Amino acid sequence: MLLFLVRKTLWAAATLAVASVLVFAALEIVPGDPAQVMLGINATDEAVSALRQDLGLNKPVLERYFSWVLGMLQGDFGKSYTYSVPVNELVADRVTISLPLALLSLFISTAIAIPVGLYAAARRGSLADTGIMALSQIGIAIPNFWFALLLVYFLAIWLQLVPAGGFPGWEAGFLIALKSLLLPAVSLALPQAAILSRVTRSALLETLGEDYIRTARAKGLSRRATIWKHALRNAMIPVLTILGLQFAYLLAGTIIIENVFYLPGLGRLVFQAISLRDLIVVESVVMMLVATIIVINLMVDLAYLWVDPRLRHRQS
Amino acid sequence: MLEIDKLNLTIGETPILKDISLSIEPGKILGIVGESGSGKSMTALSTMQLLPQGSTTSGSIRFNGRELLNADDELMQDMRGDDIAMIFQEPMTALNPVHTIGDQIAEGMMLHESSNKTAALERTRGLLERVGLPVSRFPLTRYPHELSGGQRQRVMIAMACAQKPELLIADEPTTALDVTLQAQILELLRSLVEEQNMGLILISHDLAVVAEMTDELLVMRNGEVVDRGQTEEILHHTNHPYTAQLAQASTHIPERNQPPVLTHLAREGGLAPLISASQLVRDYPTKRQSLFRAGSPFRAVDHVDVTVYPGQTMGLVGESGCGKSTLARMLLALDEPTSGTIQFKETELTNATSEQLTTARKNIQVVFQDPYSSFNPRHKVERLVAEPLYLESGIAESEKRDRAVAALEEVHLPASALDKYPHQFSGGQRQRIAIARALITRPALIIADEPVSALDVSIRAQVLDLLTELRERLGLAYIFISHDLSVVRALCDEVLVMEAGKIVEHGVASDIFDNPQSDAAKMLVEATPNLERALKNRRTATEK
Amino acid sequence: MTDFLKTALRNKSFATGFVITVIVVLMAVVSFLWTPYDVTDLDIGSKLKSPSWTHWFGTDHFGRDIFSMIMVGARNSIAVALVAVIIGVGFGVPIGCWAAARRGLLDEALMRGNDVIFAFPALLSAVMITAVFGPGAINAIIAIGIFNIPVFARLARGAALSLWPRDFIMAARSAGKSSTRITVEHIVPNMANLLIVQATIAFALGIIQEAGLAYVGLGTQPPLPSWGKMLNEAQTMMSFAPHMAIIPGLAIVITVLGLNLLGDGLRDVLDPRLTRKRD
Repeated sequence: MLLFLVRKTLWAAATLAVASVLVFAALEIVPGDPAQVMLGINATDEAVSALRQDLGLNKPVLERYFSWVLGMLQGDFGKSYTYSVPVNELVADRVTISLPLALLSLFISTAIAIPVGLYAAARRGSLADTGIMALSQIGIAIPNFWFALLLVYFLAIWLQLVPAGGFPGWEAGFLIALKSLLLPAVSLALPQAAILSRVTRSALLETLGEDYIRTARAKGLSRRATIWKHALRNAMIPVLTILGLQFAYLLAGTIIIENVFYLPGLGRLVFQAISLRDLIVVESVVMMLVATIIVINLMVDLAYLWVDPRLRHRQS
Repeated sequence: MLEIDKLNLTIGETPILKDISLSIEPGKILGIVGESGSGKSMTALSTMQLLPQGSTTSGSIRFNGRELLNADDELMQDMRGDDIAMIFQEPMTALNPVHTIGDQIAEGMMLHESSNKTAALERTRGLLERVGLPVSRFPLTRYPHELSGGQRQRVMIAMACAQKPELLIADEPTTALDVTLQAQILELLRSLVEEQNMGLILISHDLAVVAEMTDELLVMRNGEVVDRGQTEEILHHTNHPYTAQLAQASTHIPERNQPPVLTHLAREGGLAPLISASQLVRDYPTKRQSLFRAGSPFRAVDHVDVTVYPGQTMGLVGESGCGKSTLARMLLALDEPTSGTIQFKETELTNATSEQLTTARKNIQVVFQDPYSSFNPRHKVERLVAEPLYLESGIAESEKRDRAVAALEEVHLPASALDKYPHQFSGGQRQRIAIARALITRPALIIADEPVSALDVSIRAQVLDLLTELRERLGLAYIFISHDLSVVRALCDEVLVMEAGKIVEHGVASDIFDNPQSDAAKMLVEATPNLERALKNRRTATEK
Repeated sequence: MTDFLKTALRNKSFATGFVITVIVVLMAVVSFLWTPYDVTDLDIGSKLKSPSWTHWFGTDHFGRDIFSMIMVGARNSIAVALVAVIIGVGFGVPIGCWAAARRGLLDEALMRGNDVIFAFPALLSAVMITAVFGPGAINAIIAIGIFNIPVFARLARGAALSLWPRDFIMAARSAGKSSTRITVEHIVPNMANLLIVQATIAFALGIIQEAGLAYVGLGTQPPLPSWGKMLNEAQTMMSFAPHMAIIPGLAIVITVLGLNLLGDGLRDVLDPRLTRKRD
C-alpha cells in the first residue's frame, strides 16, 4: 500500500516536471524574441533589451528554466509585464473565483449524476430509465457555454430572476457571492452530469452482471440490498476515473464560462494576457492549471486505494 | 424434500428446458450430468428462482410442500441461503472483490438469523476452520484476491453451508480447479452432506465425478432428461443409448496399430532425438516486495530436460501453474529460456540464425486448448489454415489453396470449409481446423497444449482418434500437455510429470499410472476421477 | 458495405445518427457550390431580422444570412474535428500498439507521456499555442488533436494487450511473423470496431471543443463564419436578437447528437458480444 502511494506520488511529480518543461519550452519556441513579441513591433531597441534584462532572457536556457521552477516552488511566479505586479498577486485574486466555481460545478454535477445514474440502472428498461437516457443523450451534446447563454437569456433577461453576470466579490457576503456563481456552475455542471450519469448507469449495469452479484442473491439478499452492499462500491471504480477526467474539463470549462458571465477569474486574466501578449502570465496560469489537474488525478488514484482493496498490497 | 415436476423454461423465444422432473431426499446426493447446452445449470437456477430476465417457466418446483415457481421475492429471499444454498463454478469471480471473506460469510448469518456482527464473525471463524481454512493462516480480514482458486471455493462452501441449508446445489463446483483440489473439495462436500444431513444436487459434465459422488443420477441432453435412476444401476447397465455413449466416450482409448516409441528402445536403436532440451530454466520477474526490496524472480521452469524421438508421443502432466505451458512456449521458440539449450535435430534453437529458426518452426507446430480463441475471427478458414505457410516463402496463392485443401482432408473436413469463417463451425470442427493448420507445413512434431480439455466428452473422443490416426499415418511426434490423466494415458507413449517447475518423474505411460513413484504423480493418479474405478469401488462397497 | 448499412439501419440510434450526419455533411459540401446568400455580403439594411421566408434563420447584426453562415460554419466544424480525430488516430493507435507489442520500459514511458498530455485539456494547449503563435483555425486543430492522441493510445493499448495473449496471436508468432506484421494483420483489424466507435465520439467532442475555442476567440478567425464565433457575436445581442444565439447552438447540439447516436448505434451493431450476452 505504501509502495503504491509512493509510486503514484513520484509519478505525479515526474509528470509535473515534464509538463513544466513543455510549458517552458513552448515559450522558448516563440518565433523571434519573446521580449520583442511582448512589446510589439513598435518598441524601441532599448525597451526590448531592458525587458530582456528584466526577464533574464540573456541567461542560458537551463539556468532560466531552473530559476523559473525554483521560483514557482517558492510561490514566486515572476512579474507580469503589463500589470507590473507579481503574477501570484494577480492570480491569487482570480483563483478565489475560478476554483470555487470549478468545485461547485463538480459538486452539482456529481450530486445530480450519481443518484440519477443509479436510479436509471436499477430500473433498467423502465420509462424513467428511457427518459433519463434520452435527456442525458441530449445533455452530452449541449456545449456548456451555449447552455450558459440560454440560461442568461431565459433567467436573467426574460424572467429577470438573477443578474446576467458579474461578480460582487466575496467581501459582499458569502451567499451573495455564491449566488452569482450559481448560474455559471449550473451551466458547467449539467452537460457534465449528463456524461457522468451515463457512466454511472453503465458501470452499475456491468457490475450487476458479475458472478458475485448472483452469489449475493443466492445468499438471500434482496435486489436492493445487493445493489447497495455489493454492486455500488465496485461500480464506483470506473466512475472515479471519469470524475478525475471531468475535473480537468471543468477547470478548462471555467475559463470559457467566465467569459459568458463576465466573471473576473483566471479565464478573463488569461485572455487579457493573450491579447496584451503578457507571456509570463499565460505561462504561469497554464502551469498552475496543469498542476491542479495532475494533483487531482493523484487524488483520484489514492481514492482507488480506498475503494479497491486489490490495489492495497498485502502486508506480509 | 425438493420436487420438480414438468418444469419448462423458455428464454425469449428459445425453449431451454422441456418437462424436467426430479426429486431429492435429505442426506442424498443427486447428480445431474450432461454436455454443454444440456440445461443443467438452468435447472439449478430455476430452483433458486435466479433465472435471467426474459425467462418464462411452467410446471412446478415444490420445496417441503411450498411452491417456489413464481413465488414472491420475499419468500425466495427467506429461502435462498437459508434453506437452499448454491455454489457456482467460477470461484475466481463468485466472491465480491471489495469485501473481506469474513464479512461475506457473516452477511448471510446476519440476514437470516438477525445475529449481531460479533457473534456472526465468531461463527464464521468456526466455519472457515471446518472447510479447511484455519483462522491462524486465513484471518477474516482477508480479501478474495489474496486467496487461490481452491481456497476461494472453500470460502464459497463455508458461505453456502453457514445456515445449515436443507438443500445445497453445486453447479460444476470443481471444474475450474486442478484434480487434486477437485478431490479435496468433493470430499469436503461429501462429509458436509453426512454431517448436516442435507440434500446435495451435484451438477457436472464429468461422468466419473458423479459416479464417485452421487446416489442418484439424472442424464440431461438438449434440455430434456434422457435417463434417470440409481447411479450404479444406470452406469453399470447403461440401458439408455445416450448414457452408454457418454460412458464410452469418457473412457475412450484410441486404438493403436503401432507399438509405442519408447526412449530406451529408440536410444538403443541408434535413433537421433527430434528435439532435446537440456537444463532449461525460465525466470520471471515478480512484483517488488516493498519499496526497498525487489521481488526475487519466480522460477517457472527449473532445470528441465526433455527429449522426444521421431514418432514418439510424450505426455506432459502437472497441476496448473507447474510450468507446463511455459516449457511448451520455449520449445516453440516463442519464449526465450533464461538458461539452458534446446536442440532441434542438428540446430541449436537458442542461438539459431533466422533461416534455421524458420526450418525448425516448419517442423514444430502447435495446437491450442481453446478452439474459440485460436483463430482470428475476421479471417476465412483458407487464410487461417494457410498462415504457417508464411514460413515457406514464394508459394503461389493457388498452391496455398491446394495445400489448405489437402490439410483439411487430413482432418476429414471438406474443401468447402475454406470459404467459411471460424464462427460457422462447432468446437470439435474448430479443433480439427486447428490441427489442419498445424499439419500444413508437414511438421515432424506437434505440441498440443490441452487440445481436448475445452471439448465435450463425445467430441473429445473423436479428436483423440484423429490425433492417433494422424500419428500413425504421418509419423508425427507429439508433446501432449494436459492436466487430464485419462486423456494422457489414452494417447501417450511416455509421460513427464511436472511439479513446481521441475520434472519429478519420467517413464512409460502405463507404468506411471499403475505404479506412480513421486508424490506428485501419486497425488495426480489418486485424485483423477476414473469411471471404471469408481464403479468398481461402488460394487465392492455394496457387496460388503 | 451496402449489406452492412442495411443491417445497421435497422438499429434506431444508428439510423437517426446516420441521417443527421449525412445532412450536416451535405450542407457543408453544398456550401462550397451554393449558399442562399453570400456570407461575406453585408446588408446593413436588413440586419437582425428574425427568421422568415426570405431568411430562413434570420440575419445577424451585419445583415448576413444566418442559414448561409450555418452551412459554411459546418464546413469549418467538420474539418477541424475530423483532422483532430485523424491526428489522434494517426499518432495514438501506433503508439498504443507499439507500447503493447513491446511492453516493458518503452510501454511505461509511452504511457507516462500520455499522462502528461492528459493534463493539457484542449483549451489549455490552445491558450498556449495562441499566446505563442497568435490565433488561427490551425491552433484549434492542433490543440484538440493533441488531446485525442492519448485517448486513442490508451484505447489501442488496452485492446492490443487483451489480444496479444490470445491463441491466434500465438499461432501467428509460431508461423514466424514479426510483431509489426502481427499488429497489422491481426491486432489492428480486431480492434477496428472499438476504434470506429471511439472516433465518432471524438469527432462529436471535437465539434463541441472547436465551438468553445472559436467562441473565446482561439479558433477560426474572421471573415469565415464558424458556429462558435457566431455565438460569441450573438452574446451582446441576446436581449433583442435571441435567434442569433439559439440557431448556431442548435446546429451544434443536433450535429453532436447525431454523431453520438451514430457512435452508440455502431457500438451495438459492431459488437456481437452485446447480442450474444447471457447465453
